[in-house]
Amino acid sequence: MRYSGFKVLREALTGHKGWQPIWRNPDPQPAYDYIIVGGGGHGLATAYYLARTFRQARIAVLEKSWLGSGNIGRNTTIIRSNYGLPGNQPFYEFSMKLWEGLEQELNFNAMISQRGILNLIHSDGQRDAYRRRGNAVMLSGADAELLDQAQVRRMYPWLNYDNARFPIKGGLLQRRAGTARHDGVAWGYARGADLAGVDLIQNCEVTGFRIDGGTLRGVETSRGYIAAGKVGVAVAGSTSRVMAQAGMRLPIESHVLQAFVTEGLKPVIDGVITFGAGHFYVSQSDKGGLVFGGDIDGYNSYAQRGNLGVIEDVAQGGMALMPMIGRARLLRVWGGIMDMSMDGSPIIDRTPVRGLYLNAGWCYGGFKATPASGYAFAHLLATDTPHPTARAMRLDRFERGRPIDEKGMGATPNLH
Amino acid sequence: MLIPHPLLGLRDASEFTYLGDAALLDRPDGMAPDAAARFHDYVHLRDNPAGLHRELWFHEQGDRSWLVVTRNTLTHEILGAELARDVKTGGAA
Amino acid sequence: MSRLTGGLIDRSAALSFTFDGRTYQGHPGDTLASALLANDVRLMGRSFKYHRPRGVFSAGSEEPNALVQLRRGARQEPNTRATVAELFDGLHATSQNRVGTLAFDLMAVNDLVAPVLAAGFYYKTFMWPRAFWEKLYEPVIRRAAGLGRLSQLPDPDAYDTGFLHADLLVIGGGAAGLAAALTAARSGARVILADEDFRLGGRLLAERDPLEMPVPDWIAALEAEFASLPNLRVMRRTTIWGTFDHGVHGAVERVSDHLADPGGRVRQTLWRITAKRTILASGATERHIPFADNDRPGIMLSGALRAYANRWAVTPAAHVAIFTNSEEGHRTARDLAAKGVGIAAVIDARPDVPKTEYRTLHGHVTGSRGRLGLRSVQVTAAGRHEWVDCGALGVAGGWNPNIQIASHHRGRPVWDEAAQTFLAGPGGPVGLTVAGAAAGQGSTAQALASGARAAVAALADLGIAAQLPALPVAEDQAPDATPLWHVPGKGRAWVDFQNDVTVKDIALAHQENMRPVEHLKRWTTLGMATDQGKTANVTAIAVMSELTGQPIAATGTTVFRPPYTPVALSVLGGGDTGPQFRPRRLTPTHSWAEAQGAAFTEVGPWMRAQYFPRPGEATWRDSVDREVLAVRAGVGVCDVTTLGKIDVQGADAGAFLDRVYANAMASLKVGMVRYGLMLREDGFVWDDGTCARLAETQYVVTTTTANAGTIYRHMEFCRQCLWPDLDVQLISTTDAWAQLAVAGPRARDLMSRIVDGVDLSNAGFPFMACASLTVCGGLRARLFRISFSGELAYEIAVPARHGAALMARLVEAGADLGATPYGTEALGVLRIEKGHAAGNELNGQTTAQMLGLGRMVNPKKDSIGAVMSRRAGMVADRRVLVGLVPVDPAHSVVAGSHLFAEGAVQDTDHDQGWITSACHSPHLGSAIGLGFLEDGAARMGEVIIAANPLQGQQTALRVTSPHFIDPDGGRLRD
Repeated sequence: MRYSGFKVLREALTGHKGWQPIWRNPDPQPAYDYIIVGGGGHGLATAYYLARTFRQARIAVLEKSWLGSGNIGRNTTIIRSNYGLPGNQPFYEFSMKLWEGLEQELNFNAMISQRGILNLIHSDGQRDAYRRRGNAVMLSGADAELLDQAQVRRMYPWLNYDNARFPIKGGLLQRRAGTARHDGVAWGYARGADLAGVDLIQNCEVTGFRIDGGTLRGVETSRGYIAAGKVGVAVAGSTSRVMAQAGMRLPIESHVLQAFVTEGLKPVIDGVITFGAGHFYVSQSDKGGLVFGGDIDGYNSYAQRGNLGVIEDVAQGGMALMPMIGRARLLRVWGGIMDMSMDGSPIIDRTPVRGLYLNAGWCYGGFKATPASGYAFAHLLATDTPHPTARAMRLDRFERGRPIDEKGMGATPNLH
Repeated sequence: MLIPHPLLGLRDASEFTYLGDAALLDRPDGMAPDAAARFHDYVHLRDNPAGLHRELWFHEQGDRSWLVVTRNTLTHEILGAELARDVKTGGAA
Repeated sequence: MSRLTGGLIDRSAALSFTFDGRTYQGHPGDTLASALLANDVRLMGRSFKYHRPRGVFSAGSEEPNALVQLRRGARQEPNTRATVAELFDGLHATSQNRVGTLAFDLMAVNDLVAPVLAAGFYYKTFMWPRAFWEKLYEPVIRRAAGLGRLSQLPDPDAYDTGFLHADLLVIGGGAAGLAAALTAARSGARVILADEDFRLGGRLLAERDPLEMPVPDWIAALEAEFASLPNLRVMRRTTIWGTFDHGVHGAVERVSDHLADPGGRVRQTLWRITAKRTILASGATERHIPFADNDRPGIMLSGALRAYANRWAVTPAAHVAIFTNSEEGHRTARDLAAKGVGIAAVIDARPDVPKTEYRTLHGHVTGSRGRLGLRSVQVTAAGRHEWVDCGALGVAGGWNPNIQIASHHRGRPVWDEAAQTFLAGPGGPVGLTVAGAAAGQGSTAQALASGARAAVAALADLGIAAQLPALPVAEDQAPDATPLWHVPGKGRAWVDFQNDVTVKDIALAHQENMRPVEHLKRWTTLGMATDQGKTANVTAIAVMSELTGQPIAATGTTVFRPPYTPVALSVLGGGDTGPQFRPRRLTPTHSWAEAQGAAFTEVGPWMRAQYFPRPGEATWRDSVDREVLAVRAGVGVCDVTTLGKIDVQGADAGAFLDRVYANAMASLKVGMVRYGLMLREDGFVWDDGTCARLAETQYVVTTTTANAGTIYRHMEFCRQCLWPDLDVQLISTTDAWAQLAVAGPRARDLMSRIVDGVDLSNAGFPFMACASLTVCGGLRARLFRISFSGELAYEIAVPARHGAALMARLVEAGADLGATPYGTEALGVLRIEKGHAAGNELNGQTTAQMLGLGRMVNPKKDSIGAVMSRRAGMVADRRVLVGLVPVDPAHSVVAGSHLFAEGAVQDTDHDQGWITSACHSPHLGSAIGLGFLEDGAARMGEVIIAANPLQGQQTALRVTSPHFIDPDGGRLRD
């Protein structure tokens, strides 16, 4: 079924009787050519591109809970392509280009909204680093602008300029960055994959891998054994748990990241703002809530919830940067499990087990990568060669001494 | 979170700085012939369990001791804490 | 006026307030909602999506409808629930989410096209043409979105943070909570009782005679006893909004929200309450029963109607009807009738309708009339329709225990088939038990008893013996429950009022296969409004369960998350805003520098003197150039205290440092200093500094300012976790010693004037010498002959309290030598001219090889990072540090520019490096820079292009040595 304004109008006039299920609820088949483990954003996008772009068939997505129940359903919805390193930037710009055509491609409005991201600058050293990064962004073909304080003040007059511990000296702006409706992205890909014949199987947990002489044969699940030609794992915070079933230890720790939303407010913050001297970033959703976040709590966790200290820390950052939000009220804070890698960058690669592929290590930046991650993973699964923009995202880069370390923090995941 | 410091009793986790898996105590010998491979494992690979996790915390805003804390990563329940020095030397003081 | 008799309001005082510009009167004890009802105001707000007229629906913090903007100017507070806003004299409130007036909201046009705006409609449209989303559709949607408005002014009020500890925290001051607190407090345990209301009693205050004695009498007696117990802290107006690990709770006390002005007090306090045990006695929230057009002002929860009558002595209308599926509705009818309110009818859904003194009908409410307020309800009984006139309708659908806080951890609520409610499940917060109505103990007697029992059990866990107290005889009729989840019908029946989610929306979600509760929530926005679905979620789950045919237990709930009720960001921030956001660390010479008129800059947590302007200097560059030239020509003095200093002592200090530094330190002679390079264990450069051996068993090492804390932590890790067998002790002395750099060709002359009896000649105290000595006639000091500027230089350390005096003495004593204080800007220029790496080069992505220091990583010993620094990819990195000067001296060099071969395509693939640092060199009279360039060492003299597309610059630069000054090091050695 094609969605359109006309269709919405017609259904409104005829009592909404014509709406079909957005996707089917198929039972698992005994065997598939491709199994994607994980029905989050990346898994669903992978299945979609595998079926639509790479013309593969007999594909299933296995989700232990409900579709989109992972980090795609609990993040701060920011999309951007303003990375500094060559191993990352072309990939994220590829993702941005996919975002820009996504709704028409999926026939689903994911409310992609390019209202810009502004990274604030508070010191000369930070300006030098942001200039390096902004130039890297432009050299990859993406957009960036360096703003002085007066330009920032024109954009956001109510930031704390004159009474701040860390004065605002300027900002790095990417206008094409912005936000997207996170659930809409998951549903759009899920519906697109379903329409392309992918079996989306919910409440189906992978409990083991059947590996025969170094080659993967299939997966054990809570709904029985399913044979598979190739299996791609895209399970974010659960990566270590799932891959341990294939005997692998990975350069990944699972950490909790909290995110926040206020009560609905009339529009006041147009784009995304990040506060480089505190731990705070914010945007305002189309529903009116201020959506914001800060640093990860900093300890290994699978609990999907964090602690009070970080909540206070993030609120302090917000109040220091924009004291006018003080009378807004926090409505909800939630926690997601982040697959923090050892260099802060992702892995899209084959594994030592033939037929088993890995997509992981997204830290807390996976949402913006959803389209490119799915596309590149599908490319790898379908062709056994890495996508040109994801060549550096190898699993063995740590052994080879080729980390992609944007923050320069080394192998300490809680600092990325 | 509250961490039961073996010398100081229950202390708020905000006094501590977290490092990670207590396997970092077991640094390989850098002069061994297989040092490269062993260091790759040591520096980069983690069990990352969903459940009991022995991990290193530094009492930065306190007595500056490194602790090995046993904590459940699913529930955040803490089962105990020892001085890392004691763990490393194989005996409680 | 709709005031009734009785109630807990103080009629002796009148409070004046305004709503939407009209002035009204109320009394102390009123909430804004009760006072508005007393003034016959039923219309208080508009719904989010359809802008339907709405009135008050509840009498508590679960309120979905009556949201107002409270106060004005910078204190304007959007989305405030009128039901919990305490009335004060001069209160100013306006309605929100409307265009035009509240009665004539132009946005109500949305309601006319409501069928188009069904659940999830926006995912299906607004996609064509592509550009229209951002240009047209989204701006319109954004303007329509949101409820109240921020003032866009900084919050003028003060906030505070506090810490409390208790054996037992009791959440909720109703029957169960009071009984629990009383029981626990009498045992001597440290107890905190917190309640969100301004008056203790909870639901007791809303009922007519639930106890053998008048409720106010019992509570007054309790409060008197509470006041006499020093081990009990009663916190009124305090919401426990979240529970965290290990008994930590977040609480907000509204210290002065009930006042027109905080008057010097804080507005709110954020408390972190750490409790060994917690009793959740948070009561229950009444369920409504969706029926067609069930959202008009005047339709509210039956228990709320009762609360308004009993506690606030007010009724929304002279004639009310009740729709119930249990005795609850009759309780309301009797209470209201007792106050003289006319009971139009009680519509009881149960087949066996009790005999009553008022009109009772067996049937359902199936519709309503009244554009801005209820006029009548349609009753359908035995197939017959009848319109019953009434100005208010109370709806009693049963009670949902308030178990949110019990579910803030992993525990999910479990469906209790017998009680027909969700109760707290296993896996809740450790140490937390649930009591009273929150545990499904619905009658007053049950609540009292369960609270007391819970306290005894919780304290027994802690080894504290507590006795069950004598409790008053109380009503003991637990609410019966045969749920009626909704009244089927063709009209729109609201489930979630604020977000306009109807039974039809749930059916549509079911039809479209958005059936898991999380999909249902997200597709319809159910439960995502400011009330977090307190009055909606359970009903919606039941409706979905009916549609799928799955039991409610299998349907499950969404996850409860903090906060229990919304919390102001101001109080979460704790009040440390503006300059107080983070502590400011000041150097020992800060006041002195201030007196010299220095400009300061933030360096991490530190404030450092940036430069010292003098009269006649037009720009900062003039000052910095002068300071740099003064150092190169004479002598300058700079406070470098912020560098980390770690004292390393012990028999194995040298061996320890050999393992921590990439280069050897054990071989360092006593009285000498060595440059030290520290790697991370992954082989990248972490930090650099100097290592001075003051004695056989004592070293003092320095770190960069930025890494002072992390390197100390790391060295303690090495000491305690890796090599506890080594005899070595560490202490950070960064704050203990003031350290000043004295640099320039006249530095020796100057130092000779203050050092006590030590030969500073080149032979007596050569480059890289160090000593403990005295200065200025007996002040103990440490002297290091080290140089960051490339000049003859010393660093002198004295106890921190003497730093400013030493600075003043040096400048004074060196006046004839041209002694000049210099700041961080000149420091930066001097080090760039010398080609020393600093923060911009040591950014955590740099290898020793890139810095030209690859050979310092000693292959003959094991040290942190040595093994990993030899990884193939790192060795293969061909970028090295070079100097860069513009081919045209008039051109500038800009840090952050990327480097390309002349004529090369400028893109990611052809990128050869970047400029890390740049400055104007007064020494060379042109701009200079440092950068990492591929094969840089082999490209000396080559012209390359610095691309800075961000600022539209292309500059031709010549590659040079990074040592712009004195590359052989003669100056610093002589």
